[in-house]
Amino acid sequence: MSATTAKREPTVRRATTSKINRRHQIGWLFVLPFLIVFLAFLVAPLLYAGYLSLFTKGLATGTTFAGFDNYTRAFSDPSFRKGLWLVLRFSLVVIPLQLGVALVAALLLDEITGRLASFSRLMIFLPYAVPAVIGALMWGFLYSPSFGPVEQIASLFNVQAPFLLSSGNIFYGLLNIVTWQWSGYYMIIIFAALKSIDSSIYEAARIDGANAFQIALRIKTPLIYSALVLILIFSLIGTLQFFVEPQIVAPIANGSVTPDFTPNIYAFNLAFRYAQFNYASAISFSLGFVVFLAVAVFTFATRKRGGLFS
Amino acid sequence: MRFSKPAALVTGLAAVIGLAACGGGSDEGGTSAAPTKCTNKIVHADAPAVTVWAWYPNMAKVVDNFNNQHTDVQVCWTNAGQGQAEYDKFQTAISAKKGAPDVIMLEAEQLTGFEIQDALVDLAPLGAEKVKANFSEGAWKDVSQGSAVYAIPIDGGPMAMIYRKDIFDKYKITPPTTWDEYAEAAQKLKDAGGPAFGDIGSNVPALVTSLMIQKGAQPFQYDLSDKLNIGIKLDDQATKDVLNYWADLIKKGLVGKEDQFTTDYISGVVGGKYATYVSAAWAPGYLTGQGVGEGDDAGQFAVAPLPQWDESNPVSVNWGGSTFAVTSQSGNKEAAAKVALGLYADDASLEDGWKTQTIFPLNQSVLKSDEFVNAEVEFFDGQTANKDIYIPAENAYSGATYSPFTVYYYAQLQAQMAKIIAGSTTGDQAATDLHKQITDYAKSQGFTVR
Repeated sequence: MSATTAKREPTVRRATTSKINRRHQIGWLFVLPFLIVFLAFLVAPLLYAGYLSLFTKGLATGTTFAGFDNYTRAFSDPSFRKGLWLVLRFSLVVIPLQLGVALVAALLLDEITGRLASFSRLMIFLPYAVPAVIGALMWGFLYSPSFGPVEQIASLFNVQAPFLLSSGNIFYGLLNIVTWQWSGYYMIIIFAALKSIDSSIYEAARIDGANAFQIALRIKTPLIYSALVLILIFSLIGTLQFFVEPQIVAPIANGSVTPDFTPNIYAFNLAFRYAQFNYASAISFSLGFVVFLAVAVFTFATRKRGGLFS
Repeated sequence: MRFSKPAALVTGLAAVIGLAACGGGSDEGGTSAAPTKCTNKIVHADAPAVTVWAWYPNMAKVVDNFNNQHTDVQVCWTNAGQGQAEYDKFQTAISAKKGAPDVIMLEAEQLTGFEIQDALVDLAPLGAEKVKANFSEGAWKDVSQGSAVYAIPIDGGPMAMIYRKDIFDKYKITPPTTWDEYAEAAQKLKDAGGPAFGDIGSNVPALVTSLMIQKGAQPFQYDLSDKLNIGIKLDDQATKDVLNYWADLIKKGLVGKEDQFTTDYISGVVGGKYATYVSAAWAPGYLTGQGVGEGDDAGQFAVAPLPQWDESNPVSVNWGGSTFAVTSQSGNKEAAAKVALGLYADDASLEDGWKTQTIFPLNQSVLKSDEFVNAEVEFFDGQTANKDIYIPAENAYSGATYSPFTVYYYAQLQAQMAKIIAGSTTGDQAATDLHKQITDYAKSQGFTVR
């Protein structure tokens, strides 16, 4: 018997290996359409931009090889540093704010049931479904000092509403737009995570005497920790690449949105306005490096608490 | 050269996937095969078609006029955006070495920046000399570099002061002839409880530059024949004076500081929020297009010459004004030149242009015609604005010198204006900072700065 097994074993293994191989090949076939698009529209442009960033082009001088000069220039460029500082500050405020709003809304919606709950869920999610361009335009109107509703309400009380897109207030104006736009989306992710929690845990907690508030704080929130980390990373990457909202309100913001407002806007203007594709590529890569660094630091800081990347 | 290969690769892939499917056969400059994507109708399908980017509001009519009158060449027109939006696309096409139209509408101050990149064709050997006599010396100087001619002028922007008669009458103000009087009138209006006397936005760098030049500033000295040398002078007294003048009016609350051309600003103009509008000859057409001068504010506007610094030595300046140029990417430069020379040059188009106030024509055939000279302009309640204000201003305009990096200069001036408006810098400081920024930029681009 043992001899027979020994004899047959290699055959079985060979058969399995070739089956797996064939299955792998079929898998590649399914991946292929994505792979082509991925290579053509992400990897190729990235490599090309990386190549571009090693050169420098002057209007008068033409193109010359610059090595890593563009990168040293980027990190000492006050415009880039200023933009970076703005998005970092913005992240520090907007991420906790978005997360807070999303978490509270999800916890509340998890408690209530019925038709009103699904309606509220839809309403909170709706801003995300409105394209960012339209959302920013809409807020531009709402903020408008001559016919926006904010101003009209303020004028009822004979005061002048602050112009939320002026250079002093634009930080808060944009904060409002971005929070409004994204909180609903994050709320849905948290809500889905909450729904996957086994309800017998709540029952046990209630038997132990926990009230709804304690359940939300001590049981639900820790259990959806990995969803929260995911959201934080999404929102960190998104905020560091801040582009659409400030770009759209720029024409109505009385010069508050400068060409170097955020690193992404700066790169855009450098490339398509000042014809400096090389330096713009270097700025983009530098931003990518900062985003990578921020995410790495963040995941390192949260690794012990379990969840996403452990 | 470095762009061509990967760019072609990416474009090729895009075409395979179908993104460029609508581009059809127009990839080789559009002149070889009939382009499939024109806003207008092609009348003579077998004639070579020339692609044109332009944004004049009455462009559809102008293109039809041209196509009906020409059997040897046809225009295929696209509106690629107004001003900066179009320049961004053109700049990208230049960098990609692909995708530019044959003929493009450009404002005069943008020409040098494209000339230095060899993006425009010298039209002198292609028939430009024949039409030279149609234009004034100043207009022709704006489009030429030495003996080379890079564009055909279409319209100009001689500046004047538009004002509201109802407000001037109500507060008993006479049109100021000097900038000192302008400030005095503004103070008088404010003391009497009237609206803002005017507006200076952060988004009108071309206007601010014109006002600086009026005071005697010469921001740039540049000649393409000496391509690597540029003179920059933005921290001179004239520039500082003009910036300080407006900073002072803003600080005292005498003028508005809203960005111009926005919905908020236009609704302010309609509502009589500003007593004056310092602007160019195309402004009435623009305002009419936005619904100004209709309904309650119909017949309320009048125009006076631009206030001067020194009345005994008046200076006329220009804001805007555009031209047609032929791009070096054009596959059929002769046909393209024919279009650049002939488009918006026939009587019917010119007449439609000035009657709807879409353009202030630079063609002498119109400038000297009785009908144009004596026209009673409806927007100005029948005032003979051309004869009294705009033609003298245009005749006194002597041309200006622009830098090869107008886009960058405007962006920086805009940022300084935003600071002035926010009260966070002075005119002196703004001029000094601007000078340093522009000088540094010029050096980083390889220029020797004088």
